[in-house]
Amino acid sequence: MSYSAFRIFKEALTGHKGWKPVWRKAEPRAQYDIIIIGGGGHGLATAHYLASIFDKKRIAVLEKGWIGGGNVGRNTTIVRSNYMLHENEGFYEFSMKLWENLEQDVNYNAMVSQRGVLNLYHSDGQRDAYVRRGNAMALHGADAKLLDTEAVRRLYPFLNFDDARFPIQGGLLQPRGGTVRHDAVAWGYAHAADKRGVDIIENCEVTGFDIQNGQCRGVMTSRGPIKAKKVGVAVAGNSSRVMAMAYMRLPMESHVLQAFVSEGLKPLLDGVITYGAGHFYVSQSDKGGLVFGGDIEGYNSYAQRGNMPVVEDVCEGGVSLMPMIGKARLLRMWGGIMDMSMDGSPIIDRTHIDGLYFNGGWCYGGFKATPASGYSFAHLLATDTPHVTAKAYRLDRFSRGLMIDEKGQGAQPNLH
Amino acid sequence: MIINHPLLGPRDASEFTYLGDAALMLRPNPKSDTAADSFYSYQYIRENTAGQHRELWYHEQGDRSWLVVTRNISTHEITKVELARDVKRAKAINNEAATHELG
Repeated sequence: MSYSAFRIFKEALTGHKGWKPVWRKAEPRAQYDIIIIGGGGHGLATAHYLASIFDKKRIAVLEKGWIGGGNVGRNTTIVRSNYMLHENEGFYEFSMKLWENLEQDVNYNAMVSQRGVLNLYHSDGQRDAYVRRGNAMALHGADAKLLDTEAVRRLYPFLNFDDARFPIQGGLLQPRGGTVRHDAVAWGYAHAADKRGVDIIENCEVTGFDIQNGQCRGVMTSRGPIKAKKVGVAVAGNSSRVMAMAYMRLPMESHVLQAFVSEGLKPLLDGVITYGAGHFYVSQSDKGGLVFGGDIEGYNSYAQRGNMPVVEDVCEGGVSLMPMIGKARLLRMWGGIMDMSMDGSPIIDRTHIDGLYFNGGWCYGGFKATPASGYSFAHLLATDTPHVTAKAYRLDRFSRGLMIDEKGQGAQPNLH
Repeated sequence: MIINHPLLGPRDASEFTYLGDAALMLRPNPKSDTAADSFYSYQYIRENTAGQHRELWYHEQGDRSWLVVTRNISTHEITKVELARDVKRAKAINNEAATHELG
């Protein structure tokens, strides 16, 4: 089944009776060439690029719950490529380019909206840091514009410019950044992968690896054993738990991050704003709710919910930046589990076990990376060599002193 | 979350700052032959299992003591809170031979 304007027109005239499920409910087979563990955005993207770009066959995606139930449906939908370190910026800019062509590639409306991401600065030092970051972005072909106070005021006149402690002095704008409807990303990749014959198997939890003589030959699941020549793990949030079944310990901790949405408001905010003086970032959904988030809770957690102090902290940040939201009511809030790595950057690499590949450590930047993560992981699984933009994301970089520490916080995961 | 401080009674978790796994108290011996590997694991590798987790909390906005909190990280339920110095001393008494190894 494919989607088009013509199709919508035809279905409208025939009572919408021809629509079919976006992907098949596949039953597990006894053997595959490649198994992807984790049916989130990254796992589904990996399957899609394996099938479409690398022409691989006999691929399965195993998901313990349902498609769209994990972090791909829990984030604040922001996409951007405004990193500073060259190991990261090339990768995220590659991701941005894939986002720009995503809907045509997967034939699914993911509501990619390049509405601009604005990072505010509040001091001379912060301005210098953003100038440097903007130049680093430009070196990788990304777009970056430095705005002064007046330019920001023209865009968003309602912000709290006169704050005595944190006056808004300007911002770094990435016009190509924006938002993407997050669950449509999962559905779109699932749709495209399914069309090329990938089996998407929901309610199938991996309970162990079949490892013999240092070679991974398949997995044990809640729906029986499945053999495979290669197994890729893309289960960020639960990476340590899954890799522990292969007797591997990882350089990461799991932490909870909360996100929030207000009641529906009239159109107010047409871009994405991040506050430079507190951890707060906000956009407005097409339904009118302000979607915003803040910092992680700071302690290890596998509970997909947070606690009140962070709710208070995020709301304080929001009211300090745009005081009028004090009148809006909070409609919903939820939590997701993040793989917080030791340097704040991800891992896409082979493991010491032949046939077992790992993708994780996304901290709380996983959503924007979805296309490039899938593409790079597919590249690694198909060719056994890293994709050119993901060469630095090695599992052993900590023992070799090659950390990619964007914030310069050191090996303290709750500070990244 | 409420942390039941052994000296001060129940305190709100927001008074504390968090360091991580209580295994961080077991600093490797820098003189051992395998010191480089042990310090790599000590610094970067975490068990990060679900369920019960022993972890270090610092009462920064209180009496500035270090606590070892046993918490179920799948539910946030706290079952045990000890002073870190007591944990360290008990370990030293129970396991005198191994203490030297762990430094």
